[in-house]
Amino acid sequence: MNDLTPSNGGCRSAPVLKERGQREVFCGLTGIIWLHRKMQDAFFLVVGSRTCAHLLQSAAGVMIFAEPRFGTAILEETDLAGMKDAHVELDREVARLLARRPDIRQLFLVGSCPSEVIKIDLSRAAERLSQIHAPHVRVLNYSGSGIETTFTEGEDACLACMVPVLKTTEARELLVVGALPDVVEDQMLALLSDMGVGPVRLLPARRIDDTTAVGPNTVFALVQPFLGETHSALERRGARHLAAPFPFGDEGTTAWLRAIATEFGVSDETFEAVTAAPRARARKAIAQAAEVLRGKSVFFFPDSQLEIPLARFLTRECGMTAIEVGSPYIHDALHGPDLDLLPAGPQISEGQDVDKQLDRARAARPDLTICGLGLANPLEAEGLSTKWAIELVFTPVHFYEQAGDLAGLFSRPLRRKAVLHLEAAE
Amino acid sequence: MKLTVWTYEGPPHVGAMRVATAMKGLHYVLHAPQGDTYADLLFTMIERRNHRPPVSYTTFQARDLGADTATLFKKSCQDAVDRFQPEAIIVGASCTAELIQDDPAGLSETMGLSIPVIPLELPSYSRKENFGADETFYQIVKALAKPQDRTGRVTCNILGPTALGFRARDDVEELTGLLSDLGVQVNVVAPLGATPSDIARLPAAHFNVLLSPETGEAAARWLEKTYAQPFTKIVPIGVGATRDFIAEVGDIIGKPVLIDESRLRMPWWSRSVDSTYLTGKRVFIFGDGTHVAAHARIARDEMGFEVVGIGCYNREMARPVRALAKAYGLEALITDDYLEVEAAIEALSPEMILGTQMERHIGKRLGIPCAVISAPVHVQDFPARYSPQVGFEGANVIFDTLIHPLVMGLEEHLLTMFRDDFEFHDDAGASHHGGKAKAKVEAVAEEAPAPQEDNIIWLSDAEKELKKIPFFVRGKARRNTENYAAEKGLSQISLDTLYEAKAHYAR
Repeated sequence: MNDLTPSNGGCRSAPVLKERGQREVFCGLTGIIWLHRKMQDAFFLVVGSRTCAHLLQSAAGVMIFAEPRFGTAILEETDLAGMKDAHVELDREVARLLARRPDIRQLFLVGSCPSEVIKIDLSRAAERLSQIHAPHVRVLNYSGSGIETTFTEGEDACLACMVPVLKTTEARELLVVGALPDVVEDQMLALLSDMGVGPVRLLPARRIDDTTAVGPNTVFALVQPFLGETHSALERRGARHLAAPFPFGDEGTTAWLRAIATEFGVSDETFEAVTAAPRARARKAIAQAAEVLRGKSVFFFPDSQLEIPLARFLTRECGMTAIEVGSPYIHDALHGPDLDLLPAGPQISEGQDVDKQLDRARAARPDLTICGLGLANPLEAEGLSTKWAIELVFTPVHFYEQAGDLAGLFSRPLRRKAVLHLEAAE
Repeated sequence: MKLTVWTYEGPPHVGAMRVATAMKGLHYVLHAPQGDTYADLLFTMIERRNHRPPVSYTTFQARDLGADTATLFKKSCQDAVDRFQPEAIIVGASCTAELIQDDPAGLSETMGLSIPVIPLELPSYSRKENFGADETFYQIVKALAKPQDRTGRVTCNILGPTALGFRARDDVEELTGLLSDLGVQVNVVAPLGATPSDIARLPAAHFNVLLSPETGEAAARWLEKTYAQPFTKIVPIGVGATRDFIAEVGDIIGKPVLIDESRLRMPWWSRSVDSTYLTGKRVFIFGDGTHVAAHARIARDEMGFEVVGIGCYNREMARPVRALAKAYGLEALITDDYLEVEAAIEALSPEMILGTQMERHIGKRLGIPCAVISAPVHVQDFPARYSPQVGFEGANVIFDTLIHPLVMGLEEHLLTMFRDDFEFHDDAGASHHGGKAKAKVEAVAEEAPAPQEDNIIWLSDAEKELKKIPFFVRGKARRNTENYAAEKGLSQISLDTLYEAKAHYAR
């Protein structure tokens, strides 16, 4: 991939501004909102406070009314005072839940800040409940607490807790890791299959009965940049990571597929034959949306760890200039290939002191600011155009066919600013 | 532990945020882990505020747990004071910080800040959002109100409206206009729009108007006790309540008050013949205690509905709501479990629900029209247009709000009645959606009658007739008929059984 490296050098060795202070980010519990859609036989039971339930309700919006497969076991005073055995309480709630929802095959006990601070041993609870409800239901545990996880790290923690219980295999298989919208996942599987790469396993699989397995001959590719823990857990099982840029835009998707093609000995001819048409489509679609973006500056507040690969896409394929690229966490093995491709120039920052970062954004007056919903309207009121970041996690944005939509998500706020004329005619 | 998906109320520190965000020149330093900032977006998105809530979070993480979190808290306090230069700060803990037992009150006291620091004790594991708002406002008033002379003119304060309050913005405007018509000037509205120095001026008013008991009653009681300010007990939502409120204010200020009712259209709209079909419509009312009480009166006395169920989710209002329900010959439903609410609605099968966002969705699922009358509400109930609940304009707004879903219901009923008409068959879709209509396909064969759970069979004539009954009472008609058949020991329901049952249950 050396041919893609920008002429002014990439950002991999750029000094990173590391900040600590107030963070305006979601906690890992939010991952449940999209994970439960993906894993159709799973239920996510948060053990936490009313705040946790309120967060899920606020983040899920109208989804909360669709009998979702998640809920919160709210801790009450008696649970804290030790007047009731938390484990007995939990067993009772789980039994009630599973009786009401017999379609559930996997149950995740999700730790929260309150449950972590009072140290309810949810891993022991998961083992015990697994035994009680075996073989029909598998119970696992991970933490989505704010004190340990930021937003998308919740998915990481969830997938990482599944790795140790995956079946073992000696087969040389490709494992693709990260939850993708079904439509995107199908496109990816079709591309890999057309190149003759297979069998391809998925983590997470759509249902528990699927045959995801791992072993020393497994190679895995990540489709999401926030999977650091899962990456380590898979390596502990002997699997090998295929480092690659993340599949956003034409370049990202091609580089990602190329890394797999090289590993599985796919000929250049085949690779070209499979990717030429969708690449051309992607380039054409991006070009349309990018007209508005070309020459504009962009500022990323930290949110999802998608910031670095998206900055790479916006700068290289849409002609934008990055001023600051903030990420809640930067993992060299995961973000490195994208940092290599990101043209030198932007301030790379890790962590957050939100007031200081807002000062920097105000001083820079970027044309487009990528930030959370708590900041978006206030910044719009200050005259900055914003794109709220959460949409990038919920909307299909990966791979070729979505490349135009991805650019469109960023161009729309700028187009809207241009079309609105609300002042008086004089 | 209690398993929950929907919560009617957030945790108490969100109530404190509602007070802080309502005010100006006040800052809230909240000892809370990373992630609790989610609540900011309730204000920036649902209420569409153009500024960040004035809240600093300490954002402690796992590695900070231990002695470090106390230092972090002090640093956040100092940073907030330096950066935002508020007139006063409130400090407190979220549910997680409550567990780690740093003492925000003690910590902030030792800092020697030059502005008032008001510590909050909000028990997250036993109380909820409304308590948090009420308690926070009370603590602020207690800390900042200063003894002073009454104003020369007759003035009052409006107490209780907060950020994220259901129609609080327009209620304040309508109420201010109403009071002005009565010759009463508003001294301070609080917490909405007030600064800490405004709070200090509260005792200058002659009396208080308690607009929202959920979020202002503790402060109103304290002001009554400490500064001998009476407060109004009637919340002026509805025509009758507004007139009673006007009389109550007249009593307080000691002179009869007359008011121009020319803008009040609701009573005539309700008396006009077009409204006759509203008579005796069976409604179920659920929400916060204040709005439920107001709407029960409106529903029965001003709309001519039959109130078949009353309840609220906030325990603080359980006593008045129970008393109210009793006066209506009902048993109040006091619960914050939406499954209980859903079960109650299903059992009563009302023709309309007045409720919150949750009941709107329950109504959608059960096919019952619903109007939203209380928080929690979603973004569409923070409208751009003027839409108060209180006063005369509020009564006009409420009349429109309550009948719209029913008029829609009538429209749908008419469409259903003509479902066998070539233009209005089931697949035609709603006319205003356009482009969805499909040509009618004639039914190929007569379906066999479906056996019922309790082995009562609907004969096809009866089944066909049932389908002609408006969809919003069809479920009830089906159940009544089946119960009637079961009582009579019938195994089949014929057209005659259907009409005998109808006569049997006729009101």
